[in-house]
Amino acid sequence: MSKIHIENLSKTYRSKRSRVTALEDVSLAIEQNEFVTLVGPSGCGKSTLLKIVGGLIRPSRGRLIYDGEPLLQPTRDVGIVFQEPVLLPWRATIDNVLLPAEILGLNLAQCRVRALELLKLVGLEGFESSYPRELSGGMQQRVALSRALIHNPSVLLMDEPFAALDAMTREELGFELMRIWDTHKKTVIFVTHNIVEAILLADRVVAMSPRPGRIAKIVKIDLPRPRTLDMEFTGEFKSYFDEIRAVIYSGGGAARP
Amino acid sequence: MTAELPASARTEDEDLEPSTTLFTYLGPAVTLIGLVALWEVLVRWSGIPGWLLPTPTAIGEAMAEWRNELGWHFLITLYEVLAGFALSIVVSIPLAVAVVYSPFLQNTIYPILLALQSMPKVAIAPLLVLWIGFGALPKIVVVFLVCFFPIIVATASGLTAVPASLIDLIRSLSATPLQTFVKIRFPTAMPHIFVGLKIAITFAVIGAVIGEFVGSDAGLGYLILISTSQSRTPLAFGALLLLTIMSIVLYYAVEFVERLLVPWAPKN
Ligand SMILES: Nc1ncnc2c1ncn2[C@@H]1O[C@H](COP(=O)(O)OP(=O)(O)O)[C@@H](O)[C@H]1O
Ligand SMILES: [Mg+2]
Repeated sequence: MSKIHIENLSKTYRSKRSRVTALEDVSLAIEQNEFVTLVGPSGCGKSTLLKIVGGLIRPSRGRLIYDGEPLLQPTRDVGIVFQEPVLLPWRATIDNVLLPAEILGLNLAQCRVRALELLKLVGLEGFESSYPRELSGGMQQRVALSRALIHNPSVLLMDEPFAALDAMTREELGFELMRIWDTHKKTVIFVTHNIVEAILLADRVVAMSPRPGRIAKIVKIDLPRPRTLDMEFTGEFKSYFDEIRAVIYSGGGAARP
Repeated sequence: MTAELPASARTEDEDLEPSTTLFTYLGPAVTLIGLVALWEVLVRWSGIPGWLLPTPTAIGEAMAEWRNELGWHFLITLYEVLAGFALSIVVSIPLAVAVVYSPFLQNTIYPILLALQSMPKVAIAPLLVLWIGFGALPKIVVVFLVCFFPIIVATASGLTAVPASLIDLIRSLSATPLQTFVKIRFPTAMPHIFVGLKIAITFAVIGAVIGEFVGSDAGLGYLILISTSQSRTPLAFGALLLLTIMSIVLYYAVEFVERLLVPWAPKN
């Protein structure tokens, strides 16, 4: 049984003056511990799909089965990371990481130990009591990743988490994420508009096209793990890249990777 | 990790500028002393009568002579300012919370409040005297009215300044409205609230003086009115000086509290 089963999902945003069909007839099954990337030009409904999976918005039509049950409201089984770290500036690193634990009413003493482990895992040992303003963008995003993992969710939803970072930091964080995913066994749905990043990270790349947002193609990536940067220059990688780029362009038009 | 440096590593060059800091204090002080001296010399040399424009030394003498009266009226005005300011904090902040959380209030009371904001508060002062009489209360009400709007507007906008993605994050954890308010919304609003408070405290002193001008028998505004009408201009200048000092000190007091309560606020 799939971890997340999406069936004929559509989402139309309605306001008084307009209707925007963000997703149309999207079906997708995501396996337990799978790493799936959603790639496509902006406006093709990637964030909308992620929010539906997180239970944050309701689909207009279709079903979402999560662990065998229809999902009707937010589930605490997910951790979320956004493009912006959105840390609380009045909290030190460790207390930012502990925020979900406080809200969920978990045992804070245990979570504190776990938070320190997570910070060590993302390379922020020694920065527990630093404030967000004292951290670089990449470090802040590492804190956000630790915060998403503190309550030990089985699913990680990431909406262009590295898009605001410089290329080097982005690569570094990508590899760290894969390491964490590998050791902690999470199901990851990772949104990006960077095709290289999408291929390098994924078990499967879901290529989407806009207006209305649809799944244009699902590409299984058979590169061996652990992945390395050199793989980007293999013929195999290039053929994945061309395949994905072709479907994204034919669907949407203007966007560039 | 090597590609990144914490932002704090960048503050080193700022520490290398102590001479600039000394100059930033010294510069204005020297200029001020120079201007006061020039004032003294020009007034003496031109022979302008003291009741029209007193010399700084005459003002100093008047302040020393009337120090008890000045101190008394200073305390009266300070009391009106602080009472009105405190009242406006106690009323505006909860009201802002109510307005932000209740679509009904947002559509009914808030637009009316904002419309009332355009009404010149100076014009209400005589009515307040008519309704509540002399004494400190009508002045406190004027101070309350001038402080009310900056605080409620700043608080309301601060409470809605939470990034949408943070709200999504909190919702995904099924946070209660109380948790969201205490852990996220109110702290987010704090720097905004202090922007409103700093505007309000400068209005507050003006409000108290206006109240005193319209009708009273005490306070520095009253003292200015009386002493000018009796041609005791040096005393009026003394009262004006004290008002200015009160305003500046109160502003920095609010800023001091801000630094204690909101150390993460962006510095200007
Ligand atoms: N809350 C909303 N109300 C109305 N339209 C929205 C809303 N959120 C997204 N949309 C629209 O839905 C489409 C898909 O948006 P989104 O899911 O954010 O795409 P992506 O993340 O791929 O850029 C866009 O056309 C966007 O303008
Ligand atoms: Mg998006």
